[in-house]
Amino acid sequence: MNLINAILVGFKEIWTHKFRSLLTMLGIILGVSSLVAMSALVKGMENGMKDALVAIGGLEKVRVEEQDIPAAQRHLADQAAGLTINDVYAIHRSAPLIKIATPEMRLGRFVTVTHAGKTPDWANVIGTWPQALEMNQHVVEHGRMFTEIDDELARNVCVIGTGIRDQLFGPPEKTGQENVVGEEIQINGQPFRIVGQFTRYESEMDRKLRELEKDQPKETGGVQRRRGWGSGRGNNSWVYNMKNNSIYMPLNTMWIKFKSAGTGTNTVPDPRLNGLSIKVADIDKLEPALQQVRNVMMHTHHGIEDFSFQTQENWSEGITQAIRNQRMSGGFISAISLLVGGIGIMNIMLASITERIREIGIRKAIGATYADVFIQILVESVVIALVGGVAGLFASFGTVRLLMIMSPTENTPVITFSAMILAFIFSALVGVLAGLIPAFKAAKLDPIQALRYE
Amino acid sequence: MPLVELRNVSKIYHLGGEEIRALDDVSLDIDSGEFISIIGPSGSGKSTLMHILGCLDSPTHGTIQLDGTMIHNASARELAGIRNRKIGFVFQFFNLLPRLNVMQNVELPMIYSGVSSRERREHAMASLKMVGLENRSKHRPMQLSGGQQQRVAIARALVNSPRIVFADEPTGNLDSRTGEAILELFRQLSTEGRTIALVTHDPEIAAVTPRRIEIRDGKIAQKVDPKLAGLDRQPTEHAMQNGEPSS
Repeated sequence: MNLINAILVGFKEIWTHKFRSLLTMLGIILGVSSLVAMSALVKGMENGMKDALVAIGGLEKVRVEEQDIPAAQRHLADQAAGLTINDVYAIHRSAPLIKIATPEMRLGRFVTVTHAGKTPDWANVIGTWPQALEMNQHVVEHGRMFTEIDDELARNVCVIGTGIRDQLFGPPEKTGQENVVGEEIQINGQPFRIVGQFTRYESEMDRKLRELEKDQPKETGGVQRRRGWGSGRGNNSWVYNMKNNSIYMPLNTMWIKFKSAGTGTNTVPDPRLNGLSIKVADIDKLEPALQQVRNVMMHTHHGIEDFSFQTQENWSEGITQAIRNQRMSGGFISAISLLVGGIGIMNIMLASITERIREIGIRKAIGATYADVFIQILVESVVIALVGGVAGLFASFGTVRLLMIMSPTENTPVITFSAMILAFIFSALVGVLAGLIPAFKAAKLDPIQALRYE
Repeated sequence: MPLVELRNVSKIYHLGGEEIRALDDVSLDIDSGEFISIIGPSGSGKSTLMHILGCLDSPTHGTIQLDGTMIHNASARELAGIRNRKIGFVFQFFNLLPRLNVMQNVELPMIYSGVSSRERREHAMASLKMVGLENRSKHRPMQLSGGQQQRVAIARALVNSPRIVFADEPTGNLDSRTGEAILELFRQLSTEGRTIALVTHDPEIAAVTPRRIEIRDGKIAQKVDPKLAGLDRQPTEHAMQNGEPSS
């Protein structure tokens, strides 16, 4: 008996016992759909986590920060220059594995940004180069980024995030003013012209939540109040908050307008940077690239190691670890339901061969071999499992949709092709395993006994 | 050479420590084209004889040659192949598969011999014509009368052109008129040159065949062929070739 015939017989058998087969398949359907849906959920979660990692600049971005001088070099402390713009130039010149390097000067915590009497809770005011746009994965939505000319002339221009806009001008839902380019704000008392505005950075969860609220406005009762930070959902919303609450200005503007000592006559502003960011051209060469930068900077710092590197490797590994854990637990649950499905199939196959002992006897009497009967029963079991598996794949789309309806603000689950293939292979495997014992029992029936069976 | 050659065949069962000789030193020849009946009361061993002749069972002792092949020590797989190509069975309870239609039932043996589906259809149709049921090919067995079902079973038994057909109480489940018709069909098939063995307990049915082999307590009670008397006592050429102990 060839395989096609066996498969046809399998389908016929399913069709004859429609309801029974459906119940049997239900286990496999649930197993497969939960496997696919689980992996889709995890994939969605992974995408959300990776988006946050990309938003902060990706794995390629490495921050160089000041560090206490090592104890052995403590006596050289007065020789230490700290991070300066010279480091950036030196890296640009001598470290070919680095794609870009940008300097950063910050105003401390006590910066006051005001517009018409309003002050944001917190603003991340940074002086840098125009390349910071690429470095920090910023997108200018309105206006423009400040240019090298702005930097050369130390103009009082700035580019702000939507968080700052919301706090200084009010959110556009209330004011109707989305674009605030051209407005003037005060930073520590100095007037600054807004020349550009970044797009709104948010995780997929936040965006969905916002859209949901737009459709069904929340009843806000009681005294109007700010609800404070930490309202953001998800673990990584601080990344987006930080980006939305930034104010970018040219490095020279920052240096000249805010870093001068203030008193005295012949004062040179403090040339030290708060940090610098470098972007590695090729993530596979992170290690040699960092070595290169270290060599360059040891030279510019006269051998004093007053700087350190900070990468996102730990974060990335954390994501990998979290995803692996989720996958394990999800896979375990799906495996159990597939196992239960397999037991169901085995059970029904055993019942089925008991019902068909006479049929097996007839088939053997007219020439079916051990292998013929074995394959027939095994194929029937696999057919049930595969039909269940395919139905489960379709059901998984429904399951995912259901999950999205139940929690619309979660990361969108992503059904991956590989998860579907995996689930399909597993259902086939379950079919084979479940069919082995019934097939063995059927094949070893003695034809004479089987023909006499009533 | 006869089509079937049984030499000193015994079948011994052990039932709770007791030895039961279902067949006891049976020797028998069946020639090609013969129409015989194997007759005996229930428990006589006639069914066991048919099972062994029909390759459903293997003897405990003795040698069997069928159509030039020694089958007493063939493997289960070889026996299945022989059953498929050289033997046809007709049973008392028809034993058609209820979920297949008439055509599919008749095609079944050819599925196991790997015949292409077009050829299967042609052969099955020819076989159904032989029993006069070519216009019932799409019916289910349950939609047919007992006699018609038995005809389908005969068509199935004939479809692979077997060397010998065994019919086990083929009329046992039919009324006498229908049974007559089935016996008539067998007789007709026999005149076409087929080898047919009826297994029955009913002497009236056995009477239709030219040759009768009566089984009683596992032995052949009445020898129709006197030449076997001489062969009975000495080992045959085949038996010696196969290293069987002489009796």
